[in-house]
Amino acid sequence: MSPTSAPSSRRTRNRALRSPLARFLVRRIVTALLLAVGITLVTFVLTNLVPGDPVSANLGQRALGDPAIVAQWRADHGLDRPLPQQYLMHLEGLLHGDLGTSQQSHRPVLDDLAESVPATLELAGAAILVSLILGVGFGVIAALRRDRLSDHVLRVLSLIGISVPTFWLALVAFYVFFFRLQVTPGSGRIDPGMTPPPQVTGLYTVDALLSGRWDVFSSAVGHLAAPALVLALYTIGLLTRFTRSAVLEVLGQDYVRAARAKGLPGRVVLFRYVLRPALVPVITVAGLAFGSLLSGTVLVEAVFAWPGVGQYAYKSATTLDLPAIMGVGLVVGVVYLVINLVVDVLYGVIDPRVRVS
Amino acid sequence: MTAESGTAALSIEGLRLSIGGHDVLHGVDLSLEAGRVHGLAGESGSGKTMTGLAVLGLLPHGSRVSGRIAFGGRDLLGMPARELNQVRGAKIAMVFQDPATSLHPMLTVERQLTEHMGHHLGVGRKEARERAAGLLAKVRIPGPEEALKRYPHQFSGGMRQRIAIAVALACEPEVLIADEPTTALDVTVQAGILRLLRGLCDDLGLAVLLVTHDLGVMSAVADEVSVMKDGLVVETGPRGQVLREPRHPYTRSLLDALPVPPGENSP
Ligand SMILES: Nc1ncnc2c1ncn2[C@@H]1O[C@H](COP(=O)(O)OP(=O)(O)O)[C@@H](O)[C@H]1O
Ligand SMILES: [Mg+2]
Repeated sequence: MSPTSAPSSRRTRNRALRSPLARFLVRRIVTALLLAVGITLVTFVLTNLVPGDPVSANLGQRALGDPAIVAQWRADHGLDRPLPQQYLMHLEGLLHGDLGTSQQSHRPVLDDLAESVPATLELAGAAILVSLILGVGFGVIAALRRDRLSDHVLRVLSLIGISVPTFWLALVAFYVFFFRLQVTPGSGRIDPGMTPPPQVTGLYTVDALLSGRWDVFSSAVGHLAAPALVLALYTIGLLTRFTRSAVLEVLGQDYVRAARAKGLPGRVVLFRYVLRPALVPVITVAGLAFGSLLSGTVLVEAVFAWPGVGQYAYKSATTLDLPAIMGVGLVVGVVYLVINLVVDVLYGVIDPRVRVS
Repeated sequence: MTAESGTAALSIEGLRLSIGGHDVLHGVDLSLEAGRVHGLAGESGSGKTMTGLAVLGLLPHGSRVSGRIAFGGRDLLGMPARELNQVRGAKIAMVFQDPATSLHPMLTVERQLTEHMGHHLGVGRKEARERAAGLLAKVRIPGPEEALKRYPHQFSGGMRQRIAIAVALACEPEVLIADEPTTALDVTVQAGILRLLRGLCDDLGLAVLLVTHDLGVMSAVADEVSVMKDGLVVETGPRGQVLREPRHPYTRSLLDALPVPPGENSP
């Protein structure tokens, strides 16, 4: 339409930013970044409120007796400066990937986290994936087959999934499937004799696939299955119930009847008119459930000896390893932030009314 | 039941319905003709909506129907689901009571106007879009091209009902069932919707079943009027006759309840 290409390309760029979805996404991402800064502040303040003395935790008995050494150490670590300045130094360190040194492992916290975070992400990610597929799938089936046998069975199962405590389930599953039946491999992420795949993502399953190590892949999946299922059971039950009621509610909506009155094929009515609107409340619940799933990893990691953030956090907390605790707090905060961002973005993608307002 | 029943576009004969063992319709007879508006009145709960839904086979779960719904020489009640789905929206369309809930809140107007065209008429995207803009113009939505890109919540109630009517008309149906299309709307826009329906009926030769619990609405647009009570049609006939010389005491009591006698303000 336009005579030259330059104005038209400018116009499309403007249009891209004027699109409600693009504006919505930009707004959400900016908010998330601001919140991330907030998280660094909160972890910093909380860690400084803890009644522990990093000096005595780090220096030996004899060094502690010498005021000059103590003063030197405090000056070296910036502890003699006012708190706001310490926070700015902390932020600057973060920007360079410096999370401090763990007082326990005497390694940079970043290196510790680089090992434990992928382990937990693999475990939690698998649990989330399984929860979404099974939970939403079961919920849809139960709703569509309302009051029939399959609905009743799924409802009882989901109730069990919600009521069984995760730590108990973890112990029972480990005992039954590993000690008694020996159908699952033991603790850890892969078989003891195996070397981990070359690190790309830190997720053993993905890295094994990337390097074509099928034996490692099957071992990793085998080790992942039991803890991930244990972790997922609660969210599967929760999502089954929520999806069922969300789908039932949408099935009773006028616009579903109107869609049938238009003569649309059943599968179009199901996906476009029933599942899409039903997903909105399900996504909210899923976001919240995945938050609680993360706290469940601490117990599951302990039972299955999974070398993840949960174990690292537990060890750091019991030894008052402040830099490590701050690092873990930061990671957990960022993960929650990402979950919330994903939920918000999905809202905007699914429901145009969210973008406009 | 009238003299011209031979030309009926759709006729409902002895329609009985029970939902979960509870009898709702006790033998409803109605016949619609092309180019005529048939008004169906009666208090709420008398079975008007269920009669309309029965025609499209959209009754609630646990429904049992008997009788006959003749359309195009066939009985819709015995029709296999697949074939019935080719009638719905294509030959017989329906407009619902509340346009705030009967349009999908997350789909653009264009999508809702064109998606069934693809299935019923097999028209391509571009042609469907052009037809959709034409339909919006026909139901007098200002700026049809712009309106196509918008979502239902960006329109007023009256405009939404016009869009719903356009959706119903998209595949050029022969029969239009409008279930209380003005009840949920502001009084100020009700007359406009009724006039639109009347005009579409005349221009397109549609057979319209206009359901309402309001005899005042009826008197403005209907050619024939039927009155329902407790799952039965108690009175049926030309508008003037039913509204001026009601034979059934129930019709008379409905007329007495009107603030202005319907005969006086109708043209
Ligand atoms: N989903 C349903 N399940 C059972 N009974 C229903 C259902 N919907 C309506 N009914 C019954 O059918 C009767 C007629 O309802 P309806 O056709 O909606 O009346 P109207 O449209 O004339 O107000 C009412 O008595 C109502 O109780
Ligand atoms: Mg009704």
